[in-house]
Amino acid sequence: MIKKIIAVLLLAPALAFAAGSDVPLDRAPINPNDMPSLQRGAALFVNYCLNCHSANYMRYNRLTDLGLNEKEILDNFVARFSGGKVGDLMKITMDLEDAKTWFGAAPPDLTVIARSRSSHAGSGADWLYTYMRGFYRDGSRPTGWNNVAFPNVGMPHVLWGLQGEQELKPAQRRAEGYMATVEKPVLTKPGKLSPLEYDRAVADLVNYLVYMAEPAAQSRKTIGMLVLAFLTGLIFLVYAMKKSYWKDVH
Amino acid sequence: MTMAATKKEPVVIEGAGALNTPLSGLLTWVDQRFPLMSLWKDHLAEYYAPKNFNFWYYFGLLAMLILVLQIVTGIFLVMHYKPSAAEAFASVEYIMRDVPGGWLIRYMHSTGASAFFVVIYLHMFRGLMYGSYRAPRELVWIFGMIIYLCLMAEAFFGYLLPWGQMSYWGAQVIINLFDALPIIGPDLSTWIRGDFVVGDATLNRFFAFHVIAIPLALLALVGAHIMALHEVGSNNPDGVEIKENKNAAGKPVDGIPFHPYYTVKDSLGVVVFAFLFCMVMFFAPEMGGYFLEYNNFIPADPLKTPPHIAPVWYFTPYYSILRAVTEDFMFWLALGVAAYATLIVFTSRGCLSKILAVLIAPVVIFLMKGVGFGMTFTLFRGTFLEITLPLEAKVWGVILMGLATLIFFLLPWLDKSPVKSIRYKGVLSRWALTIFVAVFLILGYYGTQPVTDLGTLISQIGTLLYFAFFLLMPWYTQMEQTRPVPSRVTM
Ligand code: HEM
Repeated sequence: MIKKIIAVLLLAPALAFAAGSDVPLDRAPINPNDMPSLQRGAALFVNYCLNCHSANYMRYNRLTDLGLNEKEILDNFVARFSGGKVGDLMKITMDLEDAKTWFGAAPPDLTVIARSRSSHAGSGADWLYTYMRGFYRDGSRPTGWNNVAFPNVGMPHVLWGLQGEQELKPAQRRAEGYMATVEKPVLTKPGKLSPLEYDRAVADLVNYLVYMAEPAAQSRKTIGMLVLAFLTGLIFLVYAMKKSYWKDVH
Repeated sequence: MTMAATKKEPVVIEGAGALNTPLSGLLTWVDQRFPLMSLWKDHLAEYYAPKNFNFWYYFGLLAMLILVLQIVTGIFLVMHYKPSAAEAFASVEYIMRDVPGGWLIRYMHSTGASAFFVVIYLHMFRGLMYGSYRAPRELVWIFGMIIYLCLMAEAFFGYLLPWGQMSYWGAQVIINLFDALPIIGPDLSTWIRGDFVVGDATLNRFFAFHVIAIPLALLALVGAHIMALHEVGSNNPDGVEIKENKNAAGKPVDGIPFHPYYTVKDSLGVVVFAFLFCMVMFFAPEMGGYFLEYNNFIPADPLKTPPHIAPVWYFTPYYSILRAVTEDFMFWLALGVAAYATLIVFTSRGCLSKILAVLIAPVVIFLMKGVGFGMTFTLFRGTFLEITLPLEAKVWGVILMGLATLIFFLLPWLDKSPVKSIRYKGVLSRWALTIFVAVFLILGYYGTQPVTDLGTLISQIGTLLYFAFFLLMPWYTQMEQTRPVPSRVTM
């Protein structure tokens, strides 16, 4: 199966082709200022991902950034687990050694996954968006799942109840002027969400992961604009000062 | 005058309104106990700098600014950073999230590291253009070069501290280079790591060097750099010595007092630089994976080698030279050495250099290729001095990489042009410098890329051109037709 060329073409708005890898990444439709989306993403993250993956550097009460108050955070996010505190880190209790035997690899910490998955092929968000929509049924894998963005991944498709099941099917694709047959995942058994709704949910989740990777990112940009505005003014002032001091140097 | 040396003229402050009297009194009190006013005069108010400094003369001051920035932000980082393999990665994320303003401090420091090298490379390029390394500024240049080496060490040590995958494997690769050296290699690399693999011991000693040893050395060296410069005075884009043209009062006619002229001019440089710096720091602190590598957001894992290990951008020209030296390339290197020795023997005027060339070149060629090409043999077999000749290509890669950084030291003696500045040098020097800069950038680019046949070939040609720029300088700077140098600086 070396010849296998895989493309994920579900609603792909823009394709960024990976250098040296043939998995094109879908552009993640995320908006870091969309609070409801971030909140939905946080809920998905805590409900589905945090069972196996930790976010060891992220505190629950930081979610106040997303417009939630501490009581909401405590009731909806922390209380799921054995009565933690709102200032706790998002740790998990699963033993990493057990995880290794179950999945073949320990689930990595996800706090900064959106940063570490960036590459010259696309942002970490693009990769995650492609990955979470790229699971398909594969009987040869121990979990029964494989992934187009991460071949032979150890992780099963935890969102399959939402998405349903995909299978690889041959499809025609235009490749550099001629038609090529590639295998792409096709929905064979629908889940609770329609394909469009599912993409939306994954986008929310990715939006949250990007936020969590650098919670200060938005204030960084806001402060940056103010600093640049200030420096622009200062440049004019200092330039005028330099001109006046130097007027008699010839 | 001699006896009254301690009773100096009182300091008179004007223009501070009601504060004139108390300020004058205070400064007079200090000045009688400390060389305050003489320092002020020697280095600022009466330090005469050429009036024709251009764009390229901002970078010395900017380098000083970044040095201070790195030290100050570094102090705050150390307050929260944990130099231990178990905690380092988490403590950096703690700084990014839980320490108030921590992200800003950390980004200042990480952007500052790359900015330091941008500024230093431009500063050194200025020296190359205007012949600032030439007499009487050889020591300014040599102190500068030692600073450059310290800076590379500082960056290398610092890069291990976040304890991400690139930190870890970058350090592993570089330390393993020492492994290749004959006789002492393996012991040397173990000694550097303090362990058989990069680990907690390595992190701790790198931390010590990064926060104490090298910064102290840097501060002392920058002091020496400036003192040497102020002893002989600055060069300028025309390469004209302003001290050779003084007025009746003994002041250089083409000089202006550093303060206020260059203090205000440099202030402009500082705010413009701050603007560019903030653009990167606030809007692209990762700089597309070049300032903060993506892989470094994965904690160090000694059991998982990343598929592609690249050093940070400022080391990549040298990394390319290292990788360019393959077994096939040894023939061309040996040929280059032979050609260079022949050139010396036939065209050099000095008798000594001819003798040295005849003696040294065969030894080097022998160490590179052995007697019959392809034959190897071992000396001192079974002793701790055991060494196999010819030396492997890997060893030569390390040697050439080292030489590529050190060869800058020789510039004051390689440049034999009758003029200093590129403005008046001939066409050969202009082309040589242009090609050298292009080669440096191309080597830098290929150093960031995975190995390919084409990349290796280009790096090999680049390596030869890199060394040719320096080694052929005595010839091309003398052969060419220079232009007449004006007696006064031009604005
Ligand atoms: C921390 C690093 C450094 C600092 C703070 C520093 C600072 C300075 C300053 C303030 C000046 C006078 C202003 C100017 O000409 O721009 C200067 C001049 C000079 N520096 Fe540096 N420098 C550093 C590194 C280096 C390095 C790495 C080199 C070369 C290898 C170098 C070579 C020179 C030379 C040749 C001059 C005299 C230039 C002329 O008069 O035309 N410096 N340096």
